[in-house]
Amino acid sequence: MTERGELQAAVAAGVVGSEEPFRALLSAIVEVARSLFGAKASSILLLDEETDELVFEAVVGEGEEHLLGMRFPAGKGIAGWVLATRTPLVIEDVRTDPRFAADVAEDTGYVPSGLMAAPLLHGERALGVLEVLDRPEASLFSLHEMELLGLFANQAAIAVDLLLKARRAERVLAGKDDLSVVARLAAAVDALEAERREAGLQLLRDLAATLGDRRS
Amino acid sequence: MGDVAGHRWDASQTALPAWSLPKDAVDRIALPAEWPEQVTREWAFGGSTGRGARVCILDSGVEAGHPSVGELERSVVVTVGEAGEVVVAEDTEGDVSGHGTACAGIVRALAPECSLASVRVLGANFAGSGAVLLAGLHYAVEQDFDVINMSLSTTKKPFAAVLHELADSAYFRRSVLVASAHNMPVESYPWRFSSVISVGSHEEPDPLAYFYNPTPPVEFFGRGVNVQVPWSGGRTLTVSGNSFATPHLSAICALILAKHPELTPFQLKNVLYLTATNVGGGR
Repeated sequence: MTERGELQAAVAAGVVGSEEPFRALLSAIVEVARSLFGAKASSILLLDEETDELVFEAVVGEGEEHLLGMRFPAGKGIAGWVLATRTPLVIEDVRTDPRFAADVAEDTGYVPSGLMAAPLLHGERALGVLEVLDRPEASLFSLHEMELLGLFANQAAIAVDLLLKARRAERVLAGKDDLSVVARLAAAVDALEAERREAGLQLLRDLAATLGDRRS
Repeated sequence: MGDVAGHRWDASQTALPAWSLPKDAVDRIALPAEWPEQVTREWAFGGSTGRGARVCILDSGVEAGHPSVGELERSVVVTVGEAGEVVVAEDTEGDVSGHGTACAGIVRALAPECSLASVRVLGANFAGSGAVLLAGLHYAVEQDFDVINMSLSTTKKPFAAVLHELADSAYFRRSVLVASAHNMPVESYPWRFSSVISVGSHEEPDPLAYFYNPTPPVEFFGRGVNVQVPWSGGRTLTVSGNSFATPHLSAICALILAKHPELTPFQLKNVLYLTATNVGGGR
């Protein structure tokens, strides 16, 4: 028996493929954000709802090598605050900010002195946080930068949503042969040349009709 | 939320039905305020220190005794148990992030003699933060504060209807809800409701500069960029964001209400409009 929705997720997995392209998209977003703000680092943290933790999903700049995959409690640090209040925030001199959990900073080996953070909002869900660390010290923060940060956060939220969908689909498939058949079928039809693809789709429509789908 | 909807100024006080006005009753709703020919800042809050106005900071807690904050009228923490029960207890932890202290400090700087209270709705698990926010606002509305500063919002649609009801309850009970607008194009609440005073940021360094926005939903802009604020641990930081513009407007509301306690939220909003920097604020 499969749960409702699992078959569709399986088809999605077959069509969408692996999560790699979406991870690459996240990396590209933080790369552009860092470059545009002239910052030393930028990262995207995702909320793991099961463990109530934030996980470094994409990192560019200082801390790049060891931050990826690192986790900390979602109620901790500036990222946790931004996530809970769904509000973007800019702080100068983060080292004196108690929200910037000192032990987290020490773990990462990198303590920034300035930080911009915005929530990744998709519909009514808060998926994670986009951070830009250490903008040039001489530049005073302006509303224009806040707007840019928001735009990046929106873009990142869309990419994160796709990544999470791909992951969910992969998880559904894991260890379920009956479902993976559907995924393979979707992937196979999707990969066919135009002519054969139409034939393949007709075959699927016939199958659906046989199974009682009235739209076929 | 029916218990929240009791009105401090309803029929039981005026002996009038709330929905009609008999001919012989007109003098019973005579307004106490004498309005000048021209509403100026001098009339609105000249000489006011905020004394007598009660301001609630609904946030991460407030560090009582911080030199830039002073003493608090009260400090409570709101939590929601596993069975959904709301627990309001004395807050012994103070500020769990620093943000509430920053908001309290901004209000204190502009309205040095107002009464400040803290209702902490942050610091527990992320998952329950929406329910705690609702419970905290419910509690704050019941306490009849003059001003409730809400430098946060939620994007969860299921909460919107209850928040809307709470915002209206606050409005009818003469509690002014001052809420941060979102500076990202997302649907969030309660700032989008017309019964609250919604606040975005401007870049001017003057803490008493505030602008009326003729194209809502954001109705006012307050100082929200590169603001020096007190932080927990006796520290000071430079911060930016709408959540810091909001307490500027909360403080101005406190100044006005301290001088004119009879004003309803509707009237207060009008005074804010008439005295806004881009309207008549220079007079």
